[in-house]
Amino acid sequence: MNIVVCVKQTPARDSLLRVDAAGKWVSEDDLNFEINEPDAYALESGLQLKEQHGGEVTVLCAGPARAAQTIREALAKGADRAIHIAADHLGALDPLGLAKLMAAALRDEKPDLVLTGLQSDDLGYGQTGVILAELLGLPHATIIMQVEVEGGTLQVKRELEDGWFQHVAMPLPALLTIQSGISKLRYATLMGIKRAKTKPVRTVSAAELGDAATPVLEVARVYAPPRGKRTQLFDGDARESAARLVEKLRFEARVL
Amino acid sequence: MSILVITEHREGTLTRLSLETLAAALSMEKPVTAVVLGHSVGALASQLAGYALERVIALEHSLLLQYTPDGYCRALLETVQAREPWLVLFPHSYQSRDYAPKLATALGRVLASDVTGHRMEDGALVLVRQLFQGKLNADVRFAGEAPHFASIQAGAYRADTLPAGTAPIETVTPEIHAADIRTNPEAPFREAQRAVDLTAADVIVSVGRGIKEAENLPVVQALAEALGAELAASRPICDNGWLPMERQVGSSGQTVAPKLYVAVGISGAIQHLVGMKGSKVIVAINKDPDAPIFEVADYGIVGDLFEVAPALVEELRKER
Ligand SMILES: Cc1cc2nc3c(=O)[nH]c(=O)nc-3n(C[C@H](O)[C@H](O)[C@H](O)COP(=O)(O)OP(=O)(O)OC[C@H]3O[C@@H](n4cnc5c(N)ncnc54)[C@H](O)[C@@H]3O)c2cc1C
Repeated sequence: MNIVVCVKQTPARDSLLRVDAAGKWVSEDDLNFEINEPDAYALESGLQLKEQHGGEVTVLCAGPARAAQTIREALAKGADRAIHIAADHLGALDPLGLAKLMAAALRDEKPDLVLTGLQSDDLGYGQTGVILAELLGLPHATIIMQVEVEGGTLQVKRELEDGWFQHVAMPLPALLTIQSGISKLRYATLMGIKRAKTKPVRTVSAAELGDAATPVLEVARVYAPPRGKRTQLFDGDARESAARLVEKLRFEARVL
Repeated sequence: MSILVITEHREGTLTRLSLETLAAALSMEKPVTAVVLGHSVGALASQLAGYALERVIALEHSLLLQYTPDGYCRALLETVQAREPWLVLFPHSYQSRDYAPKLATALGRVLASDVTGHRMEDGALVLVRQLFQGKLNADVRFAGEAPHFASIQAGAYRADTLPAGTAPIETVTPEIHAADIRTNPEAPFREAQRAVDLTAADVIVSVGRGIKEAENLPVVQALAEALGAELAASRPICDNGWLPMERQVGSSGQTVAPKLYVAVGISGAIQHLVGMKGSKVIVAINKDPDAPIFEVADYGIVGDLFEVAPALVEELRKER
């Protein structure tokens, strides 16, 4: 099975975020980056399917030069090769513009299955996979908890609201967006890290893929959310804060 | 310049988020048309017709009995092309997440997903959405031509004041063929029964990824004990198997509204907040003063949970 896994590099989860000078994104100067969390599970699902059914896992990643690190980590975990869409200006694209680049990069790939995370931890549109499915003309399903392949058919478990689930079947080729936490993630082995160095990475520029798409959705301003509720905040010494909180809960909120 | 609101229903009832989406549309002061899709949705269309809408469109087809992205997109593509709305609004639900981006793409548009608010600026619509799981906000605008597409986050608009009216109902049979539908869904199901009913608890202590390791759980267990509370958790804790799934609070877990909810090391992503923001008193303990959980908290301690939780236990054990 020929599996493509789409991964994005996003700021590490516990990052302290500061809005940049232009007020359109965050200042990336002192941020660490890592693989977008749901994408790590998409990669794991792809690697497991390859182990069960044979074939190849190709990682597709759009991003600036720093994204090469995330690509290398995916190769070290067991992906066979990678396509890096070199793009410094991802922020200037909307999800459709980005998905068009990805679809163009996959034009000659003929994947049986395309996997993405269900959303990114930074922009959080939750759309790239579904848009890509439409552009590639593939059936799709989102928020996937389990994937099984039998012959040319895909059998998946979708998560629905409030603890409900649903099984959905569809023919291959298809696209799935994968939910976080659905399996245990593997670590790269020393051998894997060594072998990753020799695995092929095809780098294509956004321009080569025809990136003229003007965005139809624009981010006008990024800012800290206004505080809605009047929160009484205590900081400083833990014991002092604890004493003040307990007093408030007893005598003001009267919940103890 | 009208707005189409695509409503959703479950077990014969319109979802609350659909009504909130109608409220969002009505607050934009433009004529609003509600759309309901399915098979035998007459009763739902009648209910919608009781609101102050311009029109209700019932898209009736046996192939819409069960939701599929292909079936819904077929039916709605036809509707959007025929009605030429200015804006198409969806509830931001698991269902719309699955098909609305596909529909927008088919028309060369991008969905502004998970919107929490809006305003008009120089005649243009500005929508507010969250970045970084609620740590930052962004104002977004549509750059191209109408129709525009957006989905509304749960709880962002109030549905309890929807104005009444009498709207005409149009029933339409969209052209859908069985061959258009590539996915084959089975009936939704629930996993094993829940042994723990968090909704009955008066006090809940809920633990998040700030706890770092399963071995550290006794720190919050002690706090729960001192408060006489049930222990609950954010999703990653349950995904890791550190606590059973039945203790998960949030959009894919339980919805709780205790007298007191203490969130320990939880950042406050919207999927968690929808499960607990109805609590009477909310306390948050987090080392990050900008954590979104503080936005819904009545009281907060900014600090290291490994110092704060034991200090609270000690304080609670003192004589009154
Ligand atoms: C479709 C979907 C459904 C979902 N359903 C749910 C759901 O039902 N329930 C749910 O909870 N989530 C759900 N999620 C996941 C949700 O988006 C968040 O990822 C999740 O809630 C984050 O959990 P967390 O707050 O524990 O972890 P994080 O976001 O990692 O937050 C950890 C917090 O701990 C703080 N912290 C770290 N160390 C310390 C310390 N020593 N002392 C004090 N504070 C510390 C950090 O500052 C941070 O704020 C869902 C997501 C999706 C996409």
